[in-house]
Amino acid sequence: MTEHTLLSAVNLACARALAEDSRVLIMGEDVGVNGGVFRATEGLYARFGAERVIDTPLCEAGLAGLAVGLASQGYRPVLEIQFMGFIYPALDQLVNHAARLRTRTRGKLTCPLVVRTPHGGGVHSPEHHSESTEAMLAHVPGLRVVIPSSPRRAYGLLLAAIRDPDPVVFLEPTRLYRSTREALDDDGEALPLDRAFVLREGADLTLVSWGACLREAEQASAALAERGVSVELIDVATLKPLDERTLVASVLKTGRCVIAHEAARSCGVGAEIAALLADEALLALRAPVQRVTGYDTIIPLAKLEHHYLPTTARILAACERALASD
Amino acid sequence: MVTLAIACTRCLDSAGNSIGVLPPLAADREAVVGLYRAMLRTRVFDHKAVALQRTGRLGTYASCLGQEAVAVGIASAMQQQDVLLPSFREHGAQLLRRVPPEALYQYWGGDERGSAAIVEHGDYPNCLPIGSQAPHAAGVALAFKLSRQPRVAVCVFGDGASSKGDVYEAMNMAGVWRLPVLFVITNNQWAISLPVARQTAADTLAQKALAAGFEGEQVDGNDVLAMHVAVSAALAHARAGGGPRCLEALTYRMADHTTSDDAHRYRSEQSLEEPRQRDPLLRLERFLRSRFGFTEQERDKLEAELREEIDAAAAHYLSLPEEPASAMFDHLYARLPEPYRAQRTAAAEESADD
Repeated sequence: MTEHTLLSAVNLACARALAEDSRVLIMGEDVGVNGGVFRATEGLYARFGAERVIDTPLCEAGLAGLAVGLASQGYRPVLEIQFMGFIYPALDQLVNHAARLRTRTRGKLTCPLVVRTPHGGGVHSPEHHSESTEAMLAHVPGLRVVIPSSPRRAYGLLLAAIRDPDPVVFLEPTRLYRSTREALDDDGEALPLDRAFVLREGADLTLVSWGACLREAEQASAALAERGVSVELIDVATLKPLDERTLVASVLKTGRCVIAHEAARSCGVGAEIAALLADEALLALRAPVQRVTGYDTIIPLAKLEHHYLPTTARILAACERALASD
Repeated sequence: MVTLAIACTRCLDSAGNSIGVLPPLAADREAVVGLYRAMLRTRVFDHKAVALQRTGRLGTYASCLGQEAVAVGIASAMQQQDVLLPSFREHGAQLLRRVPPEALYQYWGGDERGSAAIVEHGDYPNCLPIGSQAPHAAGVALAFKLSRQPRVAVCVFGDGASSKGDVYEAMNMAGVWRLPVLFVITNNQWAISLPVARQTAADTLAQKALAAGFEGEQVDGNDVLAMHVAVSAALAHARAGGGPRCLEALTYRMADHTTSDDAHRYRSEQSLEEPRQRDPLLRLERFLRSRFGFTEQERDKLEAELREEIDAAAAHYLSLPEEPASAMFDHLYARLPEPYRAQRTAAAEESADD
């Protein structure tokens, strides 16, 4: 077992996928010689060559379409979009083509592609480099949307995404890229693409989060534990499809739920989870479902972004509100 | 080295007289009659589609009237192993590439199984988001190049699509990687209501390829022999590793944009008179008469046969049972994720109540 960051876990999964399946291609802007702007694909070009790790022209819409063409011919393209703020030109291809090719051809043509992109703020990036617009993607039937929050989950979920026969958008929390290390065995074991991860079991309150925000959620859970409050902490991890069963079962048990995410509140994935709980767990709820989210604003630039991102204190305050009512 | 002059391939004038170098195929009566037959079949199919739509038995349909030579010329030059990535007016190419007419009616009638049949032999489905199939063609061609297959991707789109970024991005990638892909721009002079003069300030659409580093040429799109010659040359070039090419096929959209459109709002009936003289079927028929003594009786017999075939295809289409409501779930993912299974059951139960 070697210690890995989330970033090196992504690299490890890409290398593993390239080695085990000749159909896998890594492609995108600067992913080859340069190893990617975050170095996620570092060393892969030297090891696997220019036909497996492909430096492309700068054209996100075209690249997503290129990946649709490759995938429908049996390749397994893994496309890197440099920042989530640059994914929007690719949406036409993802929504109109990748997500529906299987349906519209009744399974004759399929689209096993992965789009990887850094997700979220908190690293003092320039404009358009801190987006967390996962809900836009999670709304699209036919896509899968995945977001890991640890090196091990990044490795296992990315392997699963690359092996999956359908299109997967794989969001990588930029803030976690180099901030945590975890021992990781390069054993090729994938993780399921439709299961949430229960990171802490608890009885008093369910705290649901994903991506980088889980760090604050974990801190809030630890602080509450010190005071004798038992928190069940869930990493949703697969935003589409949602592991409804795990979420509902937890809230039926605890009767309280706080959802924390970095993305803007309105029509966020948190709203979907709250609606799910209203459908499936309303009578078990002992307090209103609380959401701690980014504001319904443009995510600010570096100077103000710490005011935007959910903090441990805000999550704790929401937990207090949930715990206060009976 | 890309030259900046834009060539234009022509074989026959409107009267069917030879004006260029004729391909060897033009000396073969059977082959030329074959091209004529494919165009006539397309026209008969097209008339039937409009009739079905007007009587409420087909959805919105995009007629290809006047553009038959473009699609047939393309398909006649392709090998079956090549891949067609159409827009939505290439019925003639699809019909020649083994797509049954009833499958096209099924698609335009609102049944996804039509698309399944369109892609059955390796081609791609119709593409309504304009020009967005061009990057797919680059991807398909990259797949052929990486796997060392001597196949070519043939992408067809219109003059309107040539304004889109997708098309340029696809051409640019194709140029950089010298991909085996042919881009055919069907310049039918109209993007719904917008004439090509207001679509672009460029003198030709073919020249857009020059910026991507490969050759663009014009071809008389109402001259099926010229189409066959130009597409054959471009495919041979791509198959030999020479990279992409772009052909701008000059033609005219004689019908409304679709059956939901009314072209009288933006062009006069009179404006169709001149294009009507350049009709691709009439032209080849004249050539067949003067060169091979093709008779009116032969033509009528051919048309009667084709009508019979197309009427039977339409009847077959109309007799097909609908898919169950649950079909919308069945190919959403390779395996339907658990959270959506209850929705599938609900849809099936709801529809059973109808």
